[in-house]
Amino acid sequence: MTSSPLLQIRDLNVRFHGERTVHAINGLNLSLGHGEMLGLLGESGSGKSVTLKTLLRLLPPKRTMIDGSIEVNGTDIMTLSGKRLSRYRGGDVSMVFQEPALALDPVYTVGEQIAETVMRHRGIGRREAMEVALDMLVKVRIPSPERRLKNYPHEMSGGMRQRAMIALALSCRPKLLLADEPTTALDATVQIQILLLLRELQKEFGMSIIFVTHDIGVAVEIADRVAVMYAGNIVEEGSIHDIIRDPRHPYTRGLLSANLHDVARGTRLEAIPGAPPALNIKPASCQFAPRCAHVMPACTSALPPFVSPGEGRRVACLLERGRELA
Amino acid sequence: MANISLGAEVVMPVEQRRGYWSSVVRRFLRNPVAVGCAVVLLALILAAIFAPYLDLADPYKGSMIKRLRPLGTDGFPLGTDEQGRDMLARLIYGGRLTLYIGLVPVVLAFFIGTALGVTAGYAGGFVNTLIMRVVDIFFAFPSVLLAIAISGALGAGIINSLVSLTIVFIPPITRVAESVTSSVRALDYVDAARASGAGAFTIVRVHVLGNVLGPVFVYATSLTSVCMILAAGLSFLGIGVKPPEPEWGLMLNTLRTAIYINPMIAALPGIMIFITSLCLNLLSDGLRSAMNVKD
Repeated sequence: MTSSPLLQIRDLNVRFHGERTVHAINGLNLSLGHGEMLGLLGESGSGKSVTLKTLLRLLPPKRTMIDGSIEVNGTDIMTLSGKRLSRYRGGDVSMVFQEPALALDPVYTVGEQIAETVMRHRGIGRREAMEVALDMLVKVRIPSPERRLKNYPHEMSGGMRQRAMIALALSCRPKLLLADEPTTALDATVQIQILLLLRELQKEFGMSIIFVTHDIGVAVEIADRVAVMYAGNIVEEGSIHDIIRDPRHPYTRGLLSANLHDVARGTRLEAIPGAPPALNIKPASCQFAPRCAHVMPACTSALPPFVSPGEGRRVACLLERGRELA
Repeated sequence: MANISLGAEVVMPVEQRRGYWSSVVRRFLRNPVAVGCAVVLLALILAAIFAPYLDLADPYKGSMIKRLRPLGTDGFPLGTDEQGRDMLARLIYGGRLTLYIGLVPVVLAFFIGTALGVTAGYAGGFVNTLIMRVVDIFFAFPSVLLAIAISGALGAGIINSLVSLTIVFIPPITRVAESVTSSVRALDYVDAARASGAGAFTIVRVHVLGNVLGPVFVYATSLTSVCMILAAGLSFLGIGVKPPEPEWGLMLNTLRTAIYINPMIAALPGIMIFITSLCLNLLSDGLRSAMNVKD
């Protein structure tokens, strides 16, 4: 949409050192425009959460090797430190966690926690900060916000806590919100409410959201664009419409067919055979090849290049090249 | 989609709004044993503080002809000791010193131990190893032996007793603070605070201390009775408070010669130590359950 994207990740690699080395992210490229809602889709261990934590520089620096560049609004965030890093976290980019019961401090009221962040970023007094906190609770549509302001997290229901968490994350008007499976811990009716809330708030605040999920149904509900991750890299990216209508990568197709909808009673549910690879060596070939039904000899010899079959789409699969030639 | 009303979650009937501390107090008051112990301790502390205004006999002035009077003697409701001094006055004045050297080392150790433990737990790595291994050295000795060794090296006297007992109690408090801190550090809300821009200092001040102080405080309360007993033990051995100061441990020692003549009198300081430490233990149990709001 705009000429310069809000977020630009180039060739990101994240490695964890320890008893064994894990190549969590391998050459990830991603860009995100202003006001865009991106769904990051993938199974456990595919590097979704690591990507988000890298964006906020939350990974333990001693055990993590990060290279590549991440630019948010034109600033390389890998160079930030001290005060500027603090201002960036929460100010420019903030995060909503998966489990709201754990992400709120049990010994402070919801109001105090929001006010704490507001005071830190805006340098205003406690009284004004509490007013901002109340305003935020109204924005996330918590019923009787005046009373909820003085509630401890354990006095609220799961959905209410997640609303409070969203209020906390948005209290300093970030340009980018990272949502790490914010609805996974909630039941289905509350889940849809939170999704709708996020959509409304996104329009109201004009921010961008990266929404991590392993539930393709949730991604369909909320995202404009979807990136499917596998073994630490994106394998397919495109608008939600294109991905659903015409999935190109065998992994994406597998994910879509492993869905309960439109499956006749009595037929076996389609599943992708095998398990995700261990990432203790840097991938040199297609990581999905061992599980792929269309595997070719060339798949195991080199990394598949990205092919763009259409506007705003890319797929990392050798099948695409065959299709292009044909 | 707009039909799904946002914020339509069922509003749970929230009990009347209370702050954290007022709900702790309310829960504490429901526990009759703990409240009883608190009352006894309060009475002891008040008596100790206001001892000079209680119209008691002089606890230092003895009388050769009134030695070892039994309980209930006219003018001496709790009898007299081996030098004819009023036991009631000596027990109340003794409470001043005993409570003082029972509480001060724990308070000092609470601050120092928490600081060390939180530092070790939050910093991790080399700093953690350094602090915790030094602390482990102190664990090699039984606490009584350690207290005796340090007091013996420093010499008798109140200040030296305080110093040695403080040193004895720093390691266990450090260890508790460290383990609570390292468990808190790994929790999501610390990451969430970092994600919203909190620096290391803010995280320690707000989120770590907020969650660590409670458990460490309860643990420290339970140490107070141990500390009092250790202090009395040091005085009993002659490396704590020096005579003629009234102090329960020391009184127990000097009266032990009279145990065959007037056993009730000889037992009185021991009974006081017993009551006080029992009350402290039950009080800390009561506090522990009252502060556990989430149960």
